[in-house]
Amino acid sequence: MTRRPVRWLLPLSVVPLLALLAYGFRVNPHEIPSPLVGRPAPGFALQTFEGAPFALEAQRGKVVVLNFWASWCRPACYEEAPVLERQWRTYRERGLVVIGVDIQDRDEAARTFVREFGLSFPNGRDTAGKVSVDYGVYGVPETFFIDRQGRIRAKHVGAVTDEAFRTNVEKLLADTTG
Amino acid sequence: MIPEIGGAAAMVALALAVWGAVAAAVGTRTGRPALVLSAQHAALGVFVLVTACFALLTYAFLTFDFSLRYVAINTNLGTPFYYRITAVWGALEGSIILWAWMLSLYTLIVILRHRESAQELYPWVLTVMLAVMAFFLLVITVAAPPFERLAPVPADGRGLNPLLEDTGMITHPVALYLGFTGLTVPFAFALAALISGRVGDAWITMTRRWTIIAWYFLSLGLLIGGWWSYHVLGWGGYWAWDPVENAAFMPWLTATALLHSVMIQERRRMLKLWNLSLVILTFGLTLFGTFLTRSGVIASVHAFTQGSIGVFFLSFLALVLFTALGLLAWRWDALRAQGALDSILSRESAFLLNNVLLVAAAFTVFFGTVFPLLSEAVRGVKVSVGAPFFNQVNVPLFLALMFLMGVGPLIAWRRASLDSLRRNFVWPVALGALSAAPFFALGVRGAVALLAFVLTVFVAATISVDFVRATRARKRMGERVLPAMGGLLLRHNRRYGGFVVHLGILIVALGVTGSQAWSVQTETTLRRGEAVELAGYRVRFEGLSASEESNHFKVTGAFTVSNGRAVGVLQPAKKFYPQETSPIAGVDYRLGLREDVYLVLGDFAQDGSQATVKLQVNRLVSWIWIGGAVLTLGAMLAILPERKKPA
Repeated sequence: MTRRPVRWLLPLSVVPLLALLAYGFRVNPHEIPSPLVGRPAPGFALQTFEGAPFALEAQRGKVVVLNFWASWCRPACYEEAPVLERQWRTYRERGLVVIGVDIQDRDEAARTFVREFGLSFPNGRDTAGKVSVDYGVYGVPETFFIDRQGRIRAKHVGAVTDEAFRTNVEKLLADTTG
Repeated sequence: MIPEIGGAAAMVALALAVWGAVAAAVGTRTGRPALVLSAQHAALGVFVLVTACFALLTYAFLTFDFSLRYVAINTNLGTPFYYRITAVWGALEGSIILWAWMLSLYTLIVILRHRESAQELYPWVLTVMLAVMAFFLLVITVAAPPFERLAPVPADGRGLNPLLEDTGMITHPVALYLGFTGLTVPFAFALAALISGRVGDAWITMTRRWTIIAWYFLSLGLLIGGWWSYHVLGWGGYWAWDPVENAAFMPWLTATALLHSVMIQERRRMLKLWNLSLVILTFGLTLFGTFLTRSGVIASVHAFTQGSIGVFFLSFLALVLFTALGLLAWRWDALRAQGALDSILSRESAFLLNNVLLVAAAFTVFFGTVFPLLSEAVRGVKVSVGAPFFNQVNVPLFLALMFLMGVGPLIAWRRASLDSLRRNFVWPVALGALSAAPFFALGVRGAVALLAFVLTVFVAATISVDFVRATRARKRMGERVLPAMGGLLLRHNRRYGGFVVHLGILIVALGVTGSQAWSVQTETTLRRGEAVELAGYRVRFEGLSASEESNHFKVTGAFTVSNGRAVGVLQPAKKFYPQETSPIAGVDYRLGLREDVYLVLGDFAQDGSQATVKLQVNRLVSWIWIGGAVLTLGAMLAILPERKKPA
């Protein structure tokens, strides 16, 4: 055995590979880099479930969190709805706008969703699917963070967490150049 | 009740598998056959219990038992009967059960076939197979429990991924898993050989047919996957070098290498170490593939669920590789080669080259698949590796393999004399070279395509030369032509089975070459009554109709297709499933030997006045499926029990 210790390197040779694969757990393949980041946010206008009009262009000068969701999107949208509501209540004082866009949904089911979670920020349906196409929505939920100049600054795929929300919003609120 | 019974059955099965693995090992170490017998009974128990789990889950699907989380997620009241059965393995938890069930079945057959014939190896084979089994049962009980309850019980489920509502989805996973799990058998024998120190040729002889069977199912799984991709996904292709496809392709490549390299060991007592390494590599790749597709580590268009299962698979992969390679290092001295390569011009060297090329192909696929991860780890840059890389690297390798397919079976063992080379290869080379002219005249212009066609002729010619010569030899012995041919096929079934498989692969290669080189497509928006023309086909938009199906809403277009004469009405559709973000394409097509007309419906106006349509004329694609059928015949022939040669 001592004659050829080299052969024991054979099993050890797989260590780097395994380490690389283990590293894979730390990265998130869902952070798909969106080509839209850094670009102006496509404008849209829709009617909220309360019947009020909402236009993105009218929010210029404010930080906007744009969230795409659907009532059938279980469990991710169900996880993030309370987060969005909580964060919106925290940041509304500082002028943050949160807008929920419901896509590929039935009106009734969507209204139930809003009612159940007691969502108080504006929510509306993207009836023609145009908004989700403009934003290249891959699947729900997806959340876009838009700065005061109306540029998309970050995209979050999957249920948004308190931390992700806070980090992105704090950064954009602090940026008062616009 | 079902969740409790199912969960308990899985747990007992896990205990039995662990017991069996330990008992077989201890039994053979301490010379107590009763313990090995007990392990055998444990394996039988595992089979019964896993069968029960599988049956219970199927029953839960058939009866819409939404108290099971897995059932509620993968079916709804609208799911047709047929797809309720396939939905059982439509997602992670159920496919692991299917996997475990097949593995337990293989274990059972191994017991039946080898408990007498493989005295020294057998207990260790049992240990390895039951240990692998135990891992999958651990996944079933801990990481991905299919019998998890859902409370409160929903009135209706979410529904199966609509893309999986297809007949291909019954057979594709089944074939693929039969291939994957089947590769456990040679792996178990290889480890048994290493542990027991009997690293001679016994394990090779015993597992040869197992490897062919597993290889065949893997091939079938890949081809059916291609067919599914072609006729369901609506992008007009059958292979995209997606990580999930690569995951199945890598073990196929190394298993193919193994099928060839074992012949050198049988003949020349060479390559012991190499063959053992190939078996370990192949089995490792099946685990790696499952890890890749189920852990969510690498982004893929196939949306698979992820969870803690990745950690399980990675740990098991690490355990398998350390154990197997450690054993290899331990037995190093016994594995030194006995024979030596006599000449470059010999069948050994052709097979060796074949192995090098196949493993190189597997490595490039592996590299391309994990590169995004590597790039992110090392440079912090997210990249994706696409088809161009894989094609560029693999096409030359595959062309070289085609060439070897012609050379390998005919060239002599040890050392080929110039005379024998002339006798065997003059005609095939001449025919291949001459065929370039007619192909060129027919319009085959690309270098790769031309080379592929010429090589096909060359290989087909070598097979004919061999077959004709062998038939003649038998005729001289007084046999008639047809019985002589039949006798050849049956008596040398392994050799001629291999030839037929080669033919099948060539036909697949032609289909791939043709479809890559000459397929054309166009995308356009048509008003009702308008027509688009492509490659001699005229496609006229007649109108749209809508219908409500049991679990989705469907908009169907009607397009009249003609090419001089009427071809028929194609009806591509768009299906809207309530649980899906985007509509699912329903492709319509007419398959032909020369070309397929393939129609995908895009956007349309609500009032049906206009529609966008993608029209493809895909050349020679059907030959891929025909090649698959030929390959099946060849594999069947090769699997037949070998006849005793007359003395």
